[in-house]
Amino acid sequence: MRSPDTTSVSRDVRIDRSRLPEPGPAKPFSFPDIEKTTLPNGLRVWTVRHPQVPIIAFDLLVGRGASADPPGKEGLAALTADMLDEGSGDRSAIEMHESLARLGAQFDTDIGSDFASVSVSVLSRFAGRALALLADVAARPALREADFARVRQLRLHRLTQLRDMPAVVADRAFLKLLYGAHPYGHSPIGSEGSLVALTVDDVRAFHAAAIRPSVATLIAVGDCDHHAVVRLAADAFGDWRDASADGPPVVSELPAAPAVNIIPRANAPQSELRIGHVAVPRDTPDYHALIVANTVLGGQFVSRINLNLREDKGFTYGARTSFEFRRLPGPFLLQVSVQTTATARAIEESIGEIAGIRGPRPVTDEELGLGIAALTRGYARSFETAEQIARAVMQLALFDLPDDYFAQFVPEVQRVTADEVSRVMAQHVDPSRLTTLIVGDLDVVGADLGSLGLGDPVVLPSDAF
Amino acid sequence: MTLSFAKHTLANGLDVLLHEDHTCPIVAVNLWYHVGSKNEHPGHTGFAHLFEHLMFEGSEHHDRGYFKPLQGAGATLNGSTNADRTNYWEVVPSNTLELALWMESDRMGYLLPALTQAKFTNQRDVVLNERRQNYENRPYGLAPMALLSALFRPDHPYHWTTIGEVADLHAAQLDEVQAFFRRYYHPGNASLALAGDLDPEEALALARGYFEDLEPGEPADPVDAPAPLASDVRIFFEDRVEVPRLYIAWLTPAMFAEGDADLDLGTDLLANGKTSRLYRRLVFEERIATDVSAAQNSREIAGYTQITATAAPGHTLGELEGAIMEEVARLAADGPTADEIERGRVQAESQFMFRLQTVGGFGGKSDQLNAYNVFLGDPAYFDRDLARYHDVTGESLQGAIARYLAASPRVTLSIVPRGRVPLAAPDSERVAVS
Repeated sequence: MRSPDTTSVSRDVRIDRSRLPEPGPAKPFSFPDIEKTTLPNGLRVWTVRHPQVPIIAFDLLVGRGASADPPGKEGLAALTADMLDEGSGDRSAIEMHESLARLGAQFDTDIGSDFASVSVSVLSRFAGRALALLADVAARPALREADFARVRQLRLHRLTQLRDMPAVVADRAFLKLLYGAHPYGHSPIGSEGSLVALTVDDVRAFHAAAIRPSVATLIAVGDCDHHAVVRLAADAFGDWRDASADGPPVVSELPAAPAVNIIPRANAPQSELRIGHVAVPRDTPDYHALIVANTVLGGQFVSRINLNLREDKGFTYGARTSFEFRRLPGPFLLQVSVQTTATARAIEESIGEIAGIRGPRPVTDEELGLGIAALTRGYARSFETAEQIARAVMQLALFDLPDDYFAQFVPEVQRVTADEVSRVMAQHVDPSRLTTLIVGDLDVVGADLGSLGLGDPVVLPSDAF
Repeated sequence: MTLSFAKHTLANGLDVLLHEDHTCPIVAVNLWYHVGSKNEHPGHTGFAHLFEHLMFEGSEHHDRGYFKPLQGAGATLNGSTNADRTNYWEVVPSNTLELALWMESDRMGYLLPALTQAKFTNQRDVVLNERRQNYENRPYGLAPMALLSALFRPDHPYHWTTIGEVADLHAAQLDEVQAFFRRYYHPGNASLALAGDLDPEEALALARGYFEDLEPGEPADPVDAPAPLASDVRIFFEDRVEVPRLYIAWLTPAMFAEGDADLDLGTDLLANGKTSRLYRRLVFEERIATDVSAAQNSREIAGYTQITATAAPGHTLGELEGAIMEEVARLAADGPTADEIERGRVQAESQFMFRLQTVGGFGGKSDQLNAYNVFLGDPAYFDRDLARYHDVTGESLQGAIARYLAASPRVTLSIVPRGRVPLAAPDSERVAVS
């Protein structure tokens, strides 16, 4: 039935259910224009005007992260980042948070291997006060002994709780298997042993050496004017100075990890699987080809691995692969949680898919087109909110990418060919080097693992990191 | 601050909501069906959510995966089921709106001809794995099962979780899918919101073109809410965890009802963030807990407020319970400070403004318009929703805490490490959960 009042709409819509409609012409999109100023102390101030909603997102990015932890002091960078909001001057930790709460601020700190960041988003009428608080947090934290003891204790408790989470156990142990003593071999939180040995003086020294203006970028996105933000930043951060300078992390040899490893978890209903090896750094010239390859292999719902393990076999709620791009070579890895009884088959299928895309079953034209379209047609979507734009701009600052990086992304991805996908996967992913880790029920899956032809599984203790 | 829109109701009962925002060349398509796990019955739990999975497996005129054409067009998409509603959304480049409407209308009108036993069995297995991953193999993952079944009587539609019982999922049959689809998945029980870089006239014409021919149906019947919790319930179970965790929950007003906003702000000032009373006392000063949080979980026919705290090693859940209940009683007796009320208000204002930034996805503007339309019949509710928080006073907040928390029966759930039963709150009874 068709309603009689449809005539009130002038446009005629012809419905044809025999085929899917084609998209209309793509609308042009201007990527954010970044205005840049460097303050005399070396702090870079980058702003993007995005005035649709009266809010402003600040991100202070520091180009030092968990990979800057000195050997034996794993967890120091993260603990230092965690202590930044524990008060400043004579303001206590609670008073600091009350000040943020009075602005209705969203406040967060984050840490990765290569960076630490502090972010504050507020209604734009609070921009100046928010920036002053951000400077107190990052440049002038109190770093008191009593707060240190409490924060470290909470982190030790957190480590205890993380032992209960099979996905976290798998992630942490897998890093250790792949990287050993390399700066990427530990997760930012560190370990019980390293945290217990830390002192508040370690935190103070790390803050002085690593959190300093010449390795930092202040990014402001929202309802703001560049010169106004620069003035506010000069007021808030002008006295901040490089106190000392840290050196680059000491990069050790990568270990040779056994092919199959298991951390027993008795009666686990699922096995957490990690399969991968150390691959490429962010500055690889093959970046765009690798992300296309990953999209087809395991980077989206309709990827080969998810369609196989979830939609065909029903083994899992979801499977994915990724290249983790960092300054130094990051891991290529597959992450999936599968029902216990399907563990060995899931490993076999996963390794089969990884090996297949390198040549035996190269990407088809249809897969290539779909992968490129998925990465490019929706690209503008990542530039909708102030926080999203700030995160995108942080990537430019973190990896020294050019200002026209966003504008070039779509054409770069569109230039990727099927041959290139095969080449980069053959070059950067090697099935014979893959390491597999299982966190699961050894009694149930152990016997099946032998049938994989990968040798006997190495049984690791549950705190193998 | 406002969220502008136009509302049209098609002849078959489908509500179409349109909102223009040209910030980014994208359009959000957001479709709600007014059905959730509250429409299920004991023995058939988990069905609404399992059904949601089947909506992604193809329909009569596109009997292949739902994701492929949309991801290939640059869309992101998802769906979710809760107790009260099921939603489906796509965020597409604005030149691709028609594709999303084609796909959504095809599965609304023509799902059943494409449904097979093989798809049903496969997605049942996927859901069983979702349950293993997110509940069974996760520390404290079975807490919702224990809490909801204690808070709500067996004949209350919130007695069970949306993921459902394992036995019920195994027992689910294909023919139930057909009946469920006919009962709930039709234009009269749905609301379609389109938000973003669109021309309202053109978008409405497309929506009419794709949806207005679909068969109408009756909105779902309201669901009864049987009597509330009569007395305190104290329960515990052992789990594969290193440290014990305490949950305290009370029945509270439904979403948008009197007292809901008071409890929202009240739980924030009690236990959310480092400035909250319970964080300050339990984590910062006494150090008997490692974390504490609280929320007013507002649902359509009832709400429940929950406080959760994890004990620091060496401390029992009884200690945590004592401190938490003292702070609840103190807030009920003395009310909040002026500063706490002021912070709560400005935080609410900020949160509402942050939400206005995005057109799609969970919680974006299209999702909000549908929430107001489906639960209140009034998509214009955004301003009044914010006003509910501005209108909270020290007295109203104190009154809500006193009435619904301090003076009401509660469920106290302890989850303790295996073999460490004495860590549970005193006088708790063991319950079996799975």
